Amino acid sequence: MLKRIETKVLSGGRLTPGDALKLFESDDLFTLGRLADTVARRKNGKKAYFIRNRHINPTNLCVNRCKFCAFSRSKGQDGAFELTIREIIEKLGGRQKGRSKTDLHDISEVHIVGGLHPDWPFEYYQEMIATIRKHFPKLHIKAFTAVEIDYLSKISGLDLYSTLMALKADGLGSMPGGGAEIFAPDIRNRLCPEKISGDRWLEVMEIAHKAGIRTNATMLYGHVEGYRDRIDHLMKLRKLQDKTGGFQAFIPLAYHPRNTEMLGGYTSGLDDLKTIAISRLVLDNFDHIKAYWIMLGEKISQLALRFGADDIDGTIIEEKITHSAGGLTGGQMTAEDLANLIRKAGRLPVERDSFYKSLKVYA
Amino acid sequence: MMKTKKPERLDTRKALSLLKKADILDLGQSADEMRRSLHPEGIVTFIVDRNINYTNVCVNQCTFCAFWRSKDAPDAYILDTKTLFSKIEETLTLGGTQILLQGGLHPDLDLDYYIKLLQSIKQRFDINIHGFSPPEICYIADSADITIREALGILHGAGLDSIPGGGAEILADRVREILSPKKIKSSRWLEVMEAAHRLGMKTTATMMFGSVEAPEDIVTHLAAIRDLQDRTGGFTAFIPWSFQPGNTEIGTKTKGQGTRGKGQNKKRATVSSAATAVEYLRVLALSRLYLDNIPNIQASWVTQGLKLAQVALRFGANDFGSTMIEENVVASTGVSYRVTKEDIINGIKSAGFKPAQRDTAYNILRTF
Repeated sequence: MLKRIETKVLSGGRLTPGDALKLFESDDLFTLGRLADTVARRKNGKKAYFIRNRHINPTNLCVNRCKFCAFSRSKGQDGAFELTIREIIEKLGGRQKGRSKTDLHDISEVHIVGGLHPDWPFEYYQEMIATIRKHFPKLHIKAFTAVEIDYLSKISGLDLYSTLMALKADGLGSMPGGGAEIFAPDIRNRLCPEKISGDRWLEVMEIAHKAGIRTNATMLYGHVEGYRDRIDHLMKLRKLQDKTGGFQAFIPLAYHPRNTEMLGGYTSGLDDLKTIAISRLVLDNFDHIKAYWIMLGEKISQLALRFGADDIDGTIIEEKITHSAGGLTGGQMTAEDLANLIRKAGRLPVERDSFYKSLKVYA
Repeated sequence: MMKTKKPERLDTRKALSLLKKADILDLGQSADEMRRSLHPEGIVTFIVDRNINYTNVCVNQCTFCAFWRSKDAPDAYILDTKTLFSKIEETLTLGGTQILLQGGLHPDLDLDYYIKLLQSIKQRFDINIHGFSPPEICYIADSADITIREALGILHGAGLDSIPGGGAEILADRVREILSPKKIKSSRWLEVMEAAHRLGMKTTATMMFGSVEAPEDIVTHLAAIRDLQDRTGGFTAFIPWSFQPGNTEIGTKTKGQGTRGKGQNKKRATVSSAATAVEYLRVLALSRLYLDNIPNIQASWVTQGLKLAQVALRFGANDFGSTMIEENVVASTGVSYRVTKEDIINGIKSAGFKPAQRDTAYNILRTF
């Protein structure tokens, strides 16, 4: 029975790890959904957001070898790629097959994440950001996960704060939430032994927030973790958010099994919805919960808008990471496609900027 | 003990208002409760079968269909018996118990062809033939100048076991006029099913929504199915699925590629995008609630994908349909969710249900 938790949530109380476990173990999908839906509406009204964005992956060369990743390559390996800054600028400004020029020029945000390149110097990343800003001064640059920032600090010899301030001066506007995976050390060691620890991830984010850089947070679920690991993850995020208030959106990421070194299948659509809903309920200090359509599929993402999510990400245009691991969706959707999904879910479609300011309301 | 009151039947007015206005979570919850009371054991069934399309030549040329070809099209075909038999052998090897035998309406195939087709299969294989949807039955009957009842009797005698519910689309002639002007009208579809039920054959019923119909048409469709079921009890399951616009004449997203030969219909009705997940679940849940006399509601993973099909199990569905060792018709619209029997078993389990393989009559053969 979820009555007690329901009462607690509706009166503004905070869920304990025990409450969260009850929710994960409950079969009462509809009470859970309705409760998360109510909380989402209290925070964002009828609005659900999307953004016109484009993903850029500068390279898939990576010194780490995470077991759940199908994207990374070693130097010289088949399928390895490295983009020049010029190629990046072209991707942002050039014509894309089947898309009108206006569509591309209309994007308000570029999302840049990539592998930990073995040779590129820190200056290359700085130049990348600075050149994008020079060519597209109005474009918001959201770039580099906490894992990349940690790596950039190592190769630059600067501390985390100075690394972030240098990038910010070049034009970095905000940071994505990737690389969080699952914080619990035993699970993390099985997933990605070479990657920075959960504590270090949180430390990078705390410093980013102190440097005035807003970030997102993610959680990769549906592999070898248990409900307790998911809850531990959420609690750590909630605690840091209490301290800094720097997180914008939380994005639960459903594990994709193809071409990785790990076994296991896709998560169930029901688990995806419950995880969204429970995230909404536990993370009472996060303004936004994002149902990232590339990873959940557009169908589950749409439904998630009634299970606590208020954002379905954006137009994306070119997606490589999830698709390396058996992504089930196409790589792009138009603004009208996204608005239609939101509308049909009974929400008001709002095109947002990178800080959730409304740019256009779709009637 | 007090007698539990049977829940009141939804009337069409109430059904229409639910379809248009009900909150999706409320609708889902009601359908979930009804599914639970009809199937309290928590079993979700599926069948191992293969879709065999004996021809893709079709005189109906429906605007929502990407599968049909005209006789002179370069990729028009009639399946030869050698291929047919090897497909059936493979199905049996994979634990299959049924073939879904369906085709276009080929102008050169006569009653004799169908009798021989059925007999040749039954002579060689112990397998259920679930075949020939009502438009085919009517076409076979008309070509041979016999009644529907006579045609069904002859085909049943030759080995036809049960009839799939395809070709129903939307049982409202206003909509059929746009989607499938040459296809049989609603009344004939229902006539075939009634005659089949009277002969002791079980059938399913389908509905293809999300094209040009209005909510009223969906309710009209459900009402026609429920009324007939009240009279015959011959429907085993109801299968709603959403129109897939790719490569179809009526869909605007991907235009037909022009390999289909002469006779392409010129009517310009357009549908730009498929029904969304929320719309699918809304129709599915309403179907569960309205069709109180039909025991099983199928989730359509082939059109919705495995993840949404799992969710559908909490919005009224209790059956996962077929493993579809082979499927050609939906695939021709560019939608292809590749799913194995293992995926289906695991998918049912991870959605919190007990998977069971069934036969055509919904008898459980094996649990996992």
